[in-house]
Amino acid sequence: MEALYENIFNFEWQMLVMWCLGGLLIYLAIKKDMEPTLLLPIGFGAIIVNLPMSGAIDRIVDGVVTQEGPLSTLYHAGIANELFPLILFIGIGAMIDFGPILSNPKLMVFGAAAQFGIFFTFCLASMFFETNDAASIAIIGAADGPTAIVVAQKLASKYIGAIMVAAYSYMALVPIIQPPIIRLLTTKKERRIRMPYKAASVSKTTRILFPIIITIITGIVAPDAVSLVGFLMFGNLIRECGVLDSLSETAQKVLANLITIFLGITIASQMHYDQFLKPDTLLILGLGLFAFIFDTAGGVLFAKLLNLFLKEKINPMIGAAGISAFPMSGRIVHKMGLKEDPQNFLLMHSIGVNVSGQIASVIAGGLILNFFLR
Amino acid sequence: MNINPMAFVENLEYMGLGMLGIFIVIGLVVLVTVVLNKVTANKKDDNNQ
Repeated sequence: MEALYENIFNFEWQMLVMWCLGGLLIYLAIKKDMEPTLLLPIGFGAIIVNLPMSGAIDRIVDGVVTQEGPLSTLYHAGIANELFPLILFIGIGAMIDFGPILSNPKLMVFGAAAQFGIFFTFCLASMFFETNDAASIAIIGAADGPTAIVVAQKLASKYIGAIMVAAYSYMALVPIIQPPIIRLLTTKKERRIRMPYKAASVSKTTRILFPIIITIITGIVAPDAVSLVGFLMFGNLIRECGVLDSLSETAQKVLANLITIFLGITIASQMHYDQFLKPDTLLILGLGLFAFIFDTAGGVLFAKLLNLFLKEKINPMIGAAGISAFPMSGRIVHKMGLKEDPQNFLLMHSIGVNVSGQIASVIAGGLILNFFLR
Repeated sequence: MNINPMAFVENLEYMGLGMLGIFIVIGLVVLVTVVLNKVTANKKDDNNQ
């Protein structure tokens, strides 16, 4: 009879807090359609991991694992060795069409500018955290889940749970975070600048050589990023080669969905209340928001700087699309442009910049590892 | 939690290096893409002739 209720005495009030947090993530995923592919598994995982004596994670007594839990096993199998996010990158690479930036490559500079928030946040975070943790927190600004997981794991950050929740939550909140920053930094006249789009064709040879050459260039500059950029570009090569349609489709759909299922719920194994409910977590959430804000500001201000020297002005809003939240950021900029001028179609430019942000964020991740991985 | 305001200043170097690094790599990528587009476009023109 005791066996039915004795576990209730292992209940801690912090578990209830985590159940509420998990419930909130599930609510945001379902009701608000905010990154449901990740927030729902993370939310549910946070609940099952924070049940008294949960069998979902390893049970540790006096520093010894007395019973293995499946989420801990999955964590060691796919996240501790960065395998899950890298395999997911194959699927993401297969989904990306680099056509818009291949036809207008100079847009890629805005992808570079919009990574400013990562490095600025690193400087801020280093006031409160050790270097490896500060760098892992800063990479939230990459607005890219796999990059954030790989960097945080390689740097052995203690805060991977909080970092992941921040990264995916803010990616989903981009439609709320970006517009006020863009409006603050631009005038109405600037937001109404038109950018006519001249469609240019891109040869199949260029589409095939591009992922190969990017991998070589980035790999030479940042060798620790070879896995990140290599897997992303491998996925893209499968897509563009034209002879692997079934593999491309599998990578985009089945593979990406399978890994996403495992990734989300496994990340939650790092959300046990004793790791997650600390003042540090609130600070990490705040710094993550800073990263997104300064990413947006970096891209917009860079575009405004270029406009000082250009005859044919750029709409500075497209700079904000340089963060890696694809395709949301590109669409937000396009919508803001239409709001100011219903005849101003910025989509092809903003999507091109958005795609370049994906490449730039991986390069930023590689550079962070170059600087701080010992 | 220890707060170290000087760490912000000390790490500005990494901010500079990081942004420079990204712009250099992206600059190389842009250059390579422009060259690729030109070479493959020329090839297409030759084939058409």
